[in-house]
Amino acid sequence: MADSNTPVAKASPRSSPMQQISVALTVNGVRRELEIAPWTTLLDALRERLGLTGTKKGCDHGQCGACTVLLDGRPINSCLALAVMQDGSDVTTVEGLARDGTLHPVQQAFIDHDAFQCGYCTPGQICSAVGLISDGRARTRAEIREAMSGNICRCGAYPNIIAAIEEAMKAT
Amino acid sequence: MTSYIGTATSRIDGRDKVTGTARYAAEFGAPDLAYASLVTSPIARGRLKRLDVTAALKVQGVITVLSHQNRPSMADNDKAYKDQVAPRNGSPFRPLYDDGIKFSGQPVAVVLAEDLETASYAASLVHVAYDEEPHVTDITRQRYNGMALKAPAKPRGDATKAFSESDARHEADYFVPIEHHNPMELYASTAIWNDGRITVYDKTQGVQNVHGYLCGVFECDPGDIRVMSPYVGGAFGSGLRPPFQVALAVLAARAISRSVRLVLTRQQMYAIGYRPAMIQRIQLGAKADGSLNAISHDAVTSTSEYEDFHRNETTWSSLLYRSETAKYDHKLVRLDLPTGCDMRAPSAATGVYALEAAMDELAEALKMDPIELRLKCYSDRDQSNGLPFSSKNLRECYRQGAETFGWSRRNPAPRSMREGHEFIGWGMATGVWEALQMPIAVRIALTSNGHAEVSCATADIGTGTYTIMAQVAADMLGLPLEAISIKLGDSTLPQAPVEGGSWMAASVSNGIVTTSQAIRDDLLKLAQRLPGSPLKGRSGDEVVLANGAIALKTDGRDATAIADVMRSAGIDRIEREERTTFAKDDAHAHNTHSAIFAEVRVDEDIGVIRVTRVVSAVAAGRILNLKTARSQIMGGVVWGMGMALHEETLIDHRFGRMMNANIAEYHVPVNADVHDVDVIFVDEQDEFVNPMGIKGLGEIGIVGVPAAIANAVYHATGVRVRDLPITLDKLTRKA
Repeated sequence: MADSNTPVAKASPRSSPMQQISVALTVNGVRRELEIAPWTTLLDALRERLGLTGTKKGCDHGQCGACTVLLDGRPINSCLALAVMQDGSDVTTVEGLARDGTLHPVQQAFIDHDAFQCGYCTPGQICSAVGLISDGRARTRAEIREAMSGNICRCGAYPNIIAAIEEAMKAT
Repeated sequence: MTSYIGTATSRIDGRDKVTGTARYAAEFGAPDLAYASLVTSPIARGRLKRLDVTAALKVQGVITVLSHQNRPSMADNDKAYKDQVAPRNGSPFRPLYDDGIKFSGQPVAVVLAEDLETASYAASLVHVAYDEEPHVTDITRQRYNGMALKAPAKPRGDATKAFSESDARHEADYFVPIEHHNPMELYASTAIWNDGRITVYDKTQGVQNVHGYLCGVFECDPGDIRVMSPYVGGAFGSGLRPPFQVALAVLAARAISRSVRLVLTRQQMYAIGYRPAMIQRIQLGAKADGSLNAISHDAVTSTSEYEDFHRNETTWSSLLYRSETAKYDHKLVRLDLPTGCDMRAPSAATGVYALEAAMDELAEALKMDPIELRLKCYSDRDQSNGLPFSSKNLRECYRQGAETFGWSRRNPAPRSMREGHEFIGWGMATGVWEALQMPIAVRIALTSNGHAEVSCATADIGTGTYTIMAQVAADMLGLPLEAISIKLGDSTLPQAPVEGGSWMAASVSNGIVTTSQAIRDDLLKLAQRLPGSPLKGRSGDEVVLANGAIALKTDGRDATAIADVMRSAGIDRIEREERTTFAKDDAHAHNTHSAIFAEVRVDEDIGVIRVTRVVSAVAAGRILNLKTARSQIMGGVVWGMGMALHEETLIDHRFGRMMNANIAEYHVPVNADVHDVDVIFVDEQDEFVNPMGIKGLGEIGIVGVPAAIANAVYHATGVRVRDLPITLDKLTRKA
């Protein structure tokens, strides 16, 4: 829907009082090298340096889950991780889930079950759900609810989120 | 011909949202982007005495620090700062205007730097000294010092006398604390600088409201500022008025002639707007048969020291139930806080909570079933003005809701239903909201390749506006859904009101109908020029656009392909922009209604409350999209759960400061809190409210839910907690 061609992030490292450190991350299958200050979170590195704004900032304190990404396949709050500590890691964001234009089963199930309204928590919900399904420990509806409770949805789409995850679980 | 209206159509913006390509206000940028970070006041009232920016300016990468001492010029009159939604009385807050401090969390300086981390670090190095003045932030201390507001409804009869003579009486205070919207997206504005002109990507429910406000504040031409908001990460009323960050982002861009992004922290968002705390006193008197003979509803709500913000909590008890006598009172107290604002179902979420909790208590005093009592007082007319409702199928909401919930199996005695170590409680309540619509303009461009672009400066704050607009346009233009593209969230598009009050679905849908009819009439004229056209002599009302053709409405005969009509006329595009206004219907009251049934389970030993089932039966006219409509109501129910059990902004009154300004200590429902939510739309056709019979759904979902849950908690435990949220400490203290 958005129709702006404006670049999202500045490409060059900027003036900063902190010393820059070289970091290499594999993000959505692509190796990315960054000169980055040690105080930059993984979340801000993704959003402000790599232009990957699919990962959202909702609190910056690990309270809401909107910034969830998969780090070596495991869901983490990227706002609580410093980018320099993830050198050599493999990061998957919501932008990296679809394959050749085909949505990941969790993404498709979220659309089918209307598991979002405003869409802001959605990338984090989807990354958590992908992590939860591959982890395989949550089986019952109560277990899924509990495991997904680190991802706040203020629009209140929770029952639809559960329905979407249950369907995607069956499909995978 | 496919009809999309009324079906469970998936959101047309769904793919953008699940792939992360939907972009929100902080996600647009420019090569010259600078980052802003705020310094805010820790005191609630006083003056800024001294501002020391020396250390901040020494940090490498800091561009400048703006304050009231060195900012670019801003308008010097209240009118310039009054947005469309501003309270009538008062002087709107002017960010960074002078040294006055009106509330804790007020921005006093903006640090601009080359990157985000540097800006926030340097902001921590700005030293500010204040002259502090005494403040008051506690509504309970000011309860009897309020100014009287003009009563929303006329009193009827002598309610005091009737109350004293009633067979059954109930009287109590109900308290609702300050609540914050807490949308998931942080408030953000990105001002893109372009040679003196600015495009602002803003988190708002009304791009044109923000546009008008910014043009006023910065005294510039309408063409110098454009406001964009293609996606909004939740708002719930908090985006109706322009928040201070949008003015500050533009101010900063003008100061440094560069693009600027300002994203508030979650803590800073608490200084924007909130549902004000309120104390309500309700008196209900009834005859032995349950007919009401006295309603009295007094509300005390709060506003800031600089603006008079209020809504009418008492409206709802003045219209809902038949009662021989009634009286209302509303007082407004001033506190040293930012001005409150609308939050989902303003006045109804709170006013109906008090009324419907009180009705439950009255039912108990009468030893009557709560539904029976409500049916006994059921009114087909708005009791405040005697007007019949344009439609009101609340009776059916009670019936279908009760049946789905299994209400007939309820044992009315408190503490009578249990399973293992849990008490089970069943409660119900009524919900009510207004059915409104606003003037709006819609542009449609139909091209001969069978595509239509529909544009309007409205917003989709998660409500599903993109999708219902496409559905209505597809049906009206006779095109498949995929052939419709929607443009919204841009101040340069045709006029739209702010998206609020549940009025957008009705407004924009009827607007699309008007413009589609203009397109249809244009096509008809062109078609009639074709040799031997079977449509000759026919009027617009007699034809329909369907399956890419124009045809007779009666039987679809003599269809002519739209592409052929346009080709013959030598055009490849028809564009029309029409304004839709709504005839005032003074003969009816226009409302949506609902009946909510809730089941709670309360742990016998530790008092933990879980809402295990909610059934919400809603009568809201024509439903455009069963899927997004159900989600709207479900979201409202979750909000009602938060209001009943979780949400409360706490103030340390010694400092006049909000203590739990984050999303961990301000509790909102999480996934584990929400179990089964069943939404029923009862059939309700309305031929008066607007041509399409649409009533809107954004607010009605929350109304009544807090009372239904509070009533269920009483039924489970025998303990009435009237001050929200009902936390387990309150339950166990009273037990």
